[in-house]
Amino acid sequence: MRNPLSFLVPELPEGREHYGALGRFADARSLYRACERVRDAGYTKWDAHTPFPVHGLERAMGLRSSPLPFVVLATGLGGAATGMLLQWWVHTQAYPLNFSGKPTFSWPAFVPVTFELGVLGAALGAVFGMFALNKLPMLHHPLFTSERFERASDDGLFISIESWDPKFDAQGTTAFLSEIGALEVELIAAS
Amino acid sequence: MAGLEQADDNVFHDPVQGRAPLILGGHDFRSITEAVAEPLESKTPLGWWLFFLPSLALLAMFGVSIGWLFWEGIGIWGVTNPIGWGFAIVNFVFWVGIGHAGTLISAILFLLRQKWRTSINRAAEAMTLFAVMCALVFPGIHVGRVWVAYWMMPVPNQMSMWPNFRSPLMWDVFAVSIYGTVSLLFWYVGLVPDLATIRDRAKAKIPRLVYGMFALGWRGSQRHWLHYERAYLLLAGLATPLVLSVHSVVSMDFAVSQLPGWHTTIFPPYFVAGAIFSGFAMVITLMVICRKAFGMERIITMRHLENMAKIILLTGMMVGYAYAIEFFVAWYSGNPYEQFAFVNRVFGPYAWAYWIMVSCNVFIPQVFWFKKARTSIPVLFVISIFVNIGMWFERFVIVASSLHRDFLPGSWDYYVPTRWDVMTLVGSFGLFFTMFCLFVRFLPMVAIAEVKTVLPAADPHDGEQRVVLAGAPGRDHQGALAT
Repeated sequence: MRNPLSFLVPELPEGREHYGALGRFADARSLYRACERVRDAGYTKWDAHTPFPVHGLERAMGLRSSPLPFVVLATGLGGAATGMLLQWWVHTQAYPLNFSGKPTFSWPAFVPVTFELGVLGAALGAVFGMFALNKLPMLHHPLFTSERFERASDDGLFISIESWDPKFDAQGTTAFLSEIGALEVELIAAS
Repeated sequence: MAGLEQADDNVFHDPVQGRAPLILGGHDFRSITEAVAEPLESKTPLGWWLFFLPSLALLAMFGVSIGWLFWEGIGIWGVTNPIGWGFAIVNFVFWVGIGHAGTLISAILFLLRQKWRTSINRAAEAMTLFAVMCALVFPGIHVGRVWVAYWMMPVPNQMSMWPNFRSPLMWDVFAVSIYGTVSLLFWYVGLVPDLATIRDRAKAKIPRLVYGMFALGWRGSQRHWLHYERAYLLLAGLATPLVLSVHSVVSMDFAVSQLPGWHTTIFPPYFVAGAIFSGFAMVITLMVICRKAFGMERIITMRHLENMAKIILLTGMMVGYAYAIEFFVAWYSGNPYEQFAFVNRVFGPYAWAYWIMVSCNVFIPQVFWFKKARTSIPVLFVISIFVNIGMWFERFVIVASSLHRDFLPGSWDYYVPTRWDVMTLVGSFGLFFTMFCLFVRFLPMVAIAEVKTVLPAADPHDGEQRVVLAGAPGRDHQGALAT
């Protein structure tokens, strides 16, 4: 039977000796340049790892912008619609009461709760949508086997190129990473 | 940290070089990690216990007061006709107000690209969360029959009754609980990369496991940062109208009623300004202690404190303006009940509370016009305490002085809190400080990843030759053009 917690570890292609190559760069500037070089060399399955977001790096990497705003729009509108529907249902269907002869569906009074539930829906969509797009939580990753990689959350700036990238070969890619300015390069075992 | 002279600090704006650096003392990425993570990894200092144990004792007192309240009923409090809203509502509004600074710093200042927020936003958000927790206790316990407090929620019950969504009290249930939820989400999203930092530094198995679980396997991937930064921006955009709506809704609990002294249209903006005012005062109170205790004077610098002092000065004057306008409207309305309520507020039995409020909120913060006062730690600390006291009294004045003399002189009374009222108020500080002590002990109190982004070295174009546009001296290096 499939382990129900299997989403917590990455699904990697079978039969690979390596996960990929990892190179550490000196500073944000050389990482930026190196990302442009990796992008221009035609690699597609690769990533940069930094302890903080480096501004503009997504352009250097050639990444498309995030689809998250659409998720948030949908969940936000969903939350607001739920709010208005709930109040409509409570005041016209479940428990219609006459308050000073006002109409049972007096929608202006329902705006605050509609707004609040809209914000709640949008915020939940932003947070959980972001985690889903990032495939987090993922408690194990082959990169964590590298001791050097612990610096990725401290002061280390890394590029990793995955072994199933069509252009990957263990020798050539490590040499390429050194050529574009990596201070240290290592091959990460597939585990 | 030794060697911190005034001249070394960065409160001075340099018109030639652009803005002064936000972080002092030649910090690099690693030293920031060290400075923030150190307090979590070292042995628990004695000073922490000196704060934590008294807080815990106060929390126990809070538990006892609430327990006795549940056993005996609302009669142990000083509330009576016509003052049906006593300390519980005062404390609720006070704590919700305090809880506004965190989201203001993390959301509104983020949208306004105020980079100085990065050093203080984590602690301010934590403070927000704990303040909202304290606030949420009071509506829960003040209802009398707490076992049916769930009637506040739109859930089916044995009487087939549903809440009235036209009531501002219902809006309040939604506004404050959703505000708490969104603040928690915002705070946690900001924490994830820093929890990964702590995880990677942890040597022992259990901390590594626990921090690792909550870090969700964050690995600093740029593909993740892309979505992450977008999520953060969206949350900031959502939290901004939310934070403004919360205290507006709280103010409508009062403003929608027919009571002179409450029934005014100025209440929503007035309450929001007061909330920011009190929240920033609490941030200063806490930060002055924390930066000293954890040696973070070069991360949370004098410039941060000075900026907060300026916000206190601004919002304090907005609050003062609201006080004045209330009187103007009372006079201009020609309504004798309204006029009586305000004259009674200033010269009546609660005049002492009114003048404490005005002194603490309007007069004393005027000291912040002077740079010497804004950059003096003792002055900042003392004034922040005064503002906290003044803002509590503001809510007390609004609740007690408006209620105690209503339309019918035969029912006039004077509200006196009982010892249980006072114990509950003081005990709620126990909850707040206990949570805050645990926070500074176990979680990074400065947003490590965010502070790193304001270092010059985080800019991929740092060190490149750039053109500083003439007439635009305030540009920092992100704004400058690379050639």
